[in-house]
This record gives sequence, C-alpha cells and structure tokens, in this order.
Amino acid sequence: MTATLIWIFVGLLVIGLYLSWTAGRLDRLHTRIDAARAALDAQLLRRASVTQELATSGVLDPAASIVLYEAAHAARQAEEEQREVAESELSAALRAVFSETAQVEAVREVPGGEDATVELAQAVRRVPMARRFHNDAVRAARALRRHRKVRWFRLAGHAPFPLAFEMDDEPPTALADRPVT
Amino acid sequence: MKIGIVCPYSWDVPGGVQFHIRDLAEHLIRLGHQVSVLAPADDDTPLPPFVVSAGRAVPVPYNGSVARLNFGFISAARVRRWLHEGTFDVIHIHEPTSPSLGLLSCWAAQGPIVATFHTSNPRSRAMIAAYPILQPALEKISARIAVSEYARRTLVEHLGGDAVVIPNGVDVGFFERAEPKAEWQSRSAAAADGSDGGVIGFVGRIDEPRKGLPVLMKALPAILAARPGVRLLVAGRGDEEEAVSGLPKEMRANVEFLGMVSDEDKARLLRSVDLYIAPNTGGESFGIVLVEAMSAGAPVLASDLDAFAQVLDQGGAGELFANEDAGALAAAAIRLLGDPARRAELRRRGSAHVRRFDWSTVGADILSVYETVTDGTSSVAADDRPGLRARFGLARS
Repeated sequence: MTATLIWIFVGLLVIGLYLSWTAGRLDRLHTRIDAARAALDAQLLRRASVTQELATSGVLDPAASIVLYEAAHAARQAEEEQREVAESELSAALRAVFSETAQVEAVREVPGGEDATVELAQAVRRVPMARRFHNDAVRAARALRRHRKVRWFRLAGHAPFPLAFEMDDEPPTALADRPVT
Repeated sequence: MKIGIVCPYSWDVPGGVQFHIRDLAEHLIRLGHQVSVLAPADDDTPLPPFVVSAGRAVPVPYNGSVARLNFGFISAARVRRWLHEGTFDVIHIHEPTSPSLGLLSCWAAQGPIVATFHTSNPRSRAMIAAYPILQPALEKISARIAVSEYARRTLVEHLGGDAVVIPNGVDVGFFERAEPKAEWQSRSAAAADGSDGGVIGFVGRIDEPRKGLPVLMKALPAILAARPGVRLLVAGRGDEEEAVSGLPKEMRANVEFLGMVSDEDKARLLRSVDLYIAPNTGGESFGIVLVEAMSAGAPVLASDLDAFAQVLDQGGAGELFANEDAGALAAAAIRLLGDPARRAELRRRGSAHVRRFDWSTVGADILSVYETVTDGTSSVAADDRPGLRARFGLARS
C-alpha cells in the first residue's frame, strides 16, 4: 500500500517537473518573441526615419520626395492593425523611387547623400532580417503552444497567441546590390 | 562588441567551416571588435590568440562516418566557464545541430544566440531520433543564418522556421593580387587564342569521387582529341597513379599533379589557368572554390549542382554543364577554350559578381545580424536554470 502511494507520488513529481520545465521553455520563447518584436520595431522605425529625412532633405526631385514622405509618414503613424499594410506600401514606394542605379548614384553625389544612402541601404537590408527572426520565434512558440500538454494544463497563462508579422519587405535592387561599407 | 564564436570541429584539422570561422574572427578583430573562438583542439596545437581550446575532440562513429566530437561533462563545464568569463554581447554558434560544442553551447547559454547552418545534409535518422532533444536547444537561437539558398531550404524542411542567407566570405583582394606563374600559363601569348590548347585547372581531393575528378578524366580524351595541346593541372591530395589509370598512356603526360598546394600557390594557379573546371557530383552546400576562382579571374565551368548554380548566378557568372555528364563537360570545355572572347566576358562578369562574397560585404551582413538580435536584449550569460526552490517560490532572494 505504502509502496503504491510512493510510486504515485514519484510519478506525480516527475510529471510536475516536466510541466514546470515546459513552462520555462515557453516563457523563454515569449521573451525571445518580445525581443525580436522590439528589434523589428526599431528597424522599421529606423527605415521610416531615414526615408523621411531623405524626402525632406531636397536631394530628390519633388515628386519622389512627396511619394516617399507620404509613405514614411503613414508607416510611422499607422495603427497596429494597419501597420503591415503601411510598411508594405513604404517598401513599394522605396522600390519605385530607387529602381534605377542612376537614381542612387545621383543621391550619393549630393553633399551628405553618401551617408544617407548607406543608412538607407542598411535599413532596407535589416528589416527583412529582423522580420525573419521575429517570425521564426513566433513559429517556434506556436508549435509548442499547440501541443496538448500546454493546452490542457494552460501553461501559456494569459499570454496572447503570438502572431507573425506579414509584410512585403523586398528591398529596392539598386540599393540591395551595392556593398554596404 | 564582444563576440563569442563556437566552432564544432577540431581546429587541428583543416576544413571549410574552420577557415570560415578563422577569417570571420580576423575580419571582426580588424574592425575593432573583441572576439573569442571556442574550438576543440589538442593541447599541443599552436592556436591563434583569439582561440580558446575546449579540449581534445574524441573520434566517434556518428552518422555513417567517424566524426571528431566534443561532449561529456568536462566539455560542458568548459563551455560554461567560457560563457561565464567571456560576458559576450552575442554568441555565434556554427553547426548547432552537430552533437558537439555547438549543441552544448546551445544548451548552456541564454541571451542573443546567432547560429550558422553550413551543411545541407539529407535528414539523418539520428537527427529524427534526437529531435525532441534538439528542439528545446534550437528554440534558444534568436537568428539563423544559412550559407546558401540551398542550405536554407534543407533547414526549413528539416527543422522548420526560417533563416537569412549570408554566403561564406572570401578575401577577393588576395586572389586578385596573386601573381600568375609562367609555367602554369598557356605557353605563349598567342596560345591564349587557343593555338596550343590552353590550360585547365582543377582543385580538390583526388581520391574523393564527389569532387568529380573521375568525370573530368572521362571527358579528357575528347578534349584532347579536339585540342591536343591542352594541359590539365590538378591541385589536391590523393593517389595520382589511380587517378590517371583510366586514361590512355600517351595522354597521361598532359596531366600534371601539383599535390597539396599552399593558399598562395592556389591563388597563383587560379590566376594562371585559362579555364577552371569544377565537376563536383554532390555534397556541396556552397562552393567556396568557385568564388575563389572567380576572384582570381579564372573563367569557371562547373556542374549544375543547386549550390553551384546559385554561386554562379544561374550561369550568369560562369558556365554550367549537366552533372556527371562527361560528354557535356567535354563539349563545353572545347567550346570555351576555343572562344577567348567568351572567356574574357566570363572573367569580367565573374569579377563583378564575386564582390558580394567579399568579406567587406559578408562581414557587414553578419554584423547587421548581430546588431539586430542585440537590439533590445541583454547580453549572453550562462543559463542558470532556476533551481527547484526558485520554481516553487521558495528561494530566499
């Protein structure tokens, strides 16, 4: 009798430890998503700021300036639900303006233009990186959260179900091909 | 930035991953970062100042061959100490799925972890069995890098998730600056237009069939029939007698074996030849030697492996032939050797294309990854799992 009780107790303890370890794993994944999301936010903001700076600096023709300014402004002001659309539109606007290598060269020749292009090239390269890292973390967390041990024992607590950030982040070819020094 | 790099393979044995890590570390140090590399090494091997030894690697049968791996209690303790003393901003693990230092560091660390996947192995049975163990460790990686689109695809299929593609780096300037060696060039200036045949280069292990020398040997009689003066220079270890055994006697004089060559000689060889042929039949996830050949300005003819096609811009920067097809190889080689204009164009295109593999570009991309993952997180620390007491809310502090 006592032996059975001890075995039941040991069994419960092992299950408890396993669940506690899984909860720790999930917690770490949520932390990773938060960090990746913060990094993605930072890169998106950086890209919008550099674009806005470029649009207001007068190195581009007025039409291109207005297009870029509008898109960057919208991306920065967008509500959370419209953010993906607004950021995708900024990508499209950047691609439209910097589709030609000649345009990039023209900006570089203006005083201060060299720094601005390097910054912009860096920003358009890093947004897809940060987004991929974020969505990778989201995928890992979702895979674990769908597992029944997590659902049955509600190990995720009240943390919201993680959502991927979907947008068009294709960089302008003329900027992406230039080695960033 | 304080960067810790983990190398899973023994530092004593030369290999692609080791060279990549060495060059990356040197590049980052030149930019003023603090770099420490943790690698398995024998105690008596001379190590560069930035390498920390994780102890001797033990040869173990793994995945069908004998691999030299590091594991066990002592290695784990060394990893922990290295992490603890290093106080790194980011750690960069290479081959995190190999049951060696890569996996150990994944277990032992927390914080921003970047991992590079080099190989594109077909799914191994050991990996499937180990999946439940691997997954919690791989979950800690904040950023994954694949060395080619091909490696990324295997990674996505086998482990899920996603990765950014950053190619392996090459010091393009080193190959560009190398001096051609007269005896490795076509014999006269006029020969460049093909009157004495031309010189073909091959670099790779002779006795490793996947490097493809047998395919080239099968194609050689046809090439020699069309252009009798052609010379083939082979740089690499292996049995020379066996390599030429399939060749008619009178043709053997056209093949010269250079044995193992130094980096300098390899660069000079690639700079001297009229055509570089890479007939590899498989097992390549990147193809660094093609990048080296293009850096040295050699026109490249390679088999159409996925990885090669990608490095050569789908044929834009070098010509491709159907894999393992000696006839196609011979036809393409004869055509190229007889067409100096096409070769000059390939040289020009290759030199332009190869810029994206230079360390200045690749290094900047890798640093971008480091900076992206360190944005908004704390630094790397040893993963001190909360003890039982802390978990049940009984810890004193």
